[in-house]
Amino acid sequence: MRGMSETPRLMTRTFAHLSDEAVVAMLARSDESALAELYDRFGRVAYGLALRILRDERLAEDAVQEGFLAAWRNADRFIPERGKASTWLLTLVHRRAVDLVRREDRRRAEPLTDGVDAPSSGSAEDDAWLRFERERVQSALKQLPDQQREALELAYYGGFTQSELAERLGEPVGTIKSRMFTGLARLRELLADPRPGEAAWKPTPYTT
Amino acid sequence: MEADALHDLTAAYALNALDAEDAGRYEAHLARCQRCQSELAELSESASALAYAADAPRPSPELRSRILEQARSERPNVVPLRPRWLRPVIAAAAVAACAAIGLGLWASSLSGKLDRTEADLARQQRVAQILAQPGSHKIAFSRGTLVVGADGKGALLLNQLAEPGSGRTYEAWVADGGAPQPAGLFSGGTTVAVPLDQPVRAGATVLVTEEKAGGTEAPSRAPFLIVRNTAQS
Ligand SMILES: [Zn+2]
Repeated sequence: MRGMSETPRLMTRTFAHLSDEAVVAMLARSDESALAELYDRFGRVAYGLALRILRDERLAEDAVQEGFLAAWRNADRFIPERGKASTWLLTLVHRRAVDLVRREDRRRAEPLTDGVDAPSSGSAEDDAWLRFERERVQSALKQLPDQQREALELAYYGGFTQSELAERLGEPVGTIKSRMFTGLARLRELLADPRPGEAAWKPTPYTT
Repeated sequence: MEADALHDLTAAYALNALDAEDAGRYEAHLARCQRCQSELAELSESASALAYAADAPRPSPELRSRILEQARSERPNVVPLRPRWLRPVIAAAAVAACAAIGLGLWASSLSGKLDRTEADLARQQRVAQILAQPGSHKIAFSRGTLVVGADGKGALLLNQLAEPGSGRTYEAWVADGGAPQPAGLFSGGTTVAVPLDQPVRAGATVLVTEEKAGGTEAPSRAPFLIVRNTAQS
C-alpha cells in the first residue's frame, strides 16, 4: 500500500521508507505526520470497507475517521507480536463500521458482488495495486465452500453477529462458529502464496 | 462460559461478530489465554484481508484533513487522551502499598486531599468501609487493586491514572455471566478509589472503559482494564 497520493501533500513523506509497524510506533509518540502516512497507506481501503458495510458515504467517512482516531489514541497499545499494523488498523475501522451499521440498523445481506472500478483520479500505480489485491482476495473467497464464504461475508460485510447468523440461516450457533473458523483458516492458506513483486517494495526495518 | 467455549469464539471475534456481552467475556479470557492470542493474530489477519475484496472508491479529500485536524486537537500535551499510566514505577510502589493497605493508612491519604468534593469523600468512605471488612479479598494487578468485601461489595483502587479526555469519563462495569452492568463513573488521579455500584461475586469480571461524559448503558469500546474476582466464594 505504498505511494498513495489522493490529496495534495500537507507534509513531506518522511516515513515513506518505514514499515507499517514502524509508522505505528511513531504514531504512539503522537507524531501527526505518522497519522498522515498511515492514512495515505490505508485510508482508501478502509473507506472501501466502511462503504461496503454502511452503503452510505457520510457514515463510511465517519467510521474511517473514528477508526483512525482510535488508532491515534491507542497506538501505544499496539503489540507487534500479536499481528500486523495493517490488521490492527483495519480491525479498528471495521469495528467502528460494524457498530454504526448495527446502530443505524442498515444491515443488508446481498452477496459480495464484483463491482465496477470507481472512476479514479489517483496514480495508476495505486489503482493497479488495489485492483491486484482485490482480485487476489476475491479469488481466494471464491475458492471457499459456499457455506463458509456466506458466513464470512454476512459477518464481515453484513455486520451480523454469530447468533443473528445462526437464526437467519437456521443453523446452530456451533455450526456458524465452525464455518467462520474453517473459512478464515482456509482463507489464510489461500492468501499465503507469495505475492509477485513483494521484494520490490518491502520496507526497511525500523531501527531507532 | 467454559474456557473451551471461549476458545471457540476467536473466529467470530476476529470478524467483530460477537455481541457486546460475548465480546467482553472473550476479551477477559483473551487477556489470559496464550492460545487464543496467537490464534486471534492469525484469524484477524485473514479477516482484515477481506477489506481488500471491497471496491475502493476514493473518500472525499476533506476526510484526510478532518482526521488530521481532529488528531491535532487531541494532542496529549493538551489533554491526556486516554488512560495513560503516568509514572509506572511509582505506580508499582503504590500497588504494594495498596495490597497491604490498612484503614489507617487509607484514612491518612483521605485527609490529605482537601480539594475533594463531598461526593468524592462519600465515595472514598464507601471504599474505606469495604476495606475495613474482616475477610475482604484484595486482587492486586499491575496498576491497582480490586477489593471485594465479604458482603460482595467491591471497589477498585487505581494508581496514577490520567484524566479522561475532555468531555469523557471513565466508566466501571461488572460482568457476571451476562452483559456488563454499569458500576460507576470516575475520573483520574494519583490514587483513585471507585466504589462499584454492582456486587462483585466470585468469578465476576470488573472492566473499565472510557466513555462520553455522563456514561453509557453498555460499553461502547474495548475496556482498558479487565480484572476478574479470583477469590473463592
Ligand atoms: Zn483461549
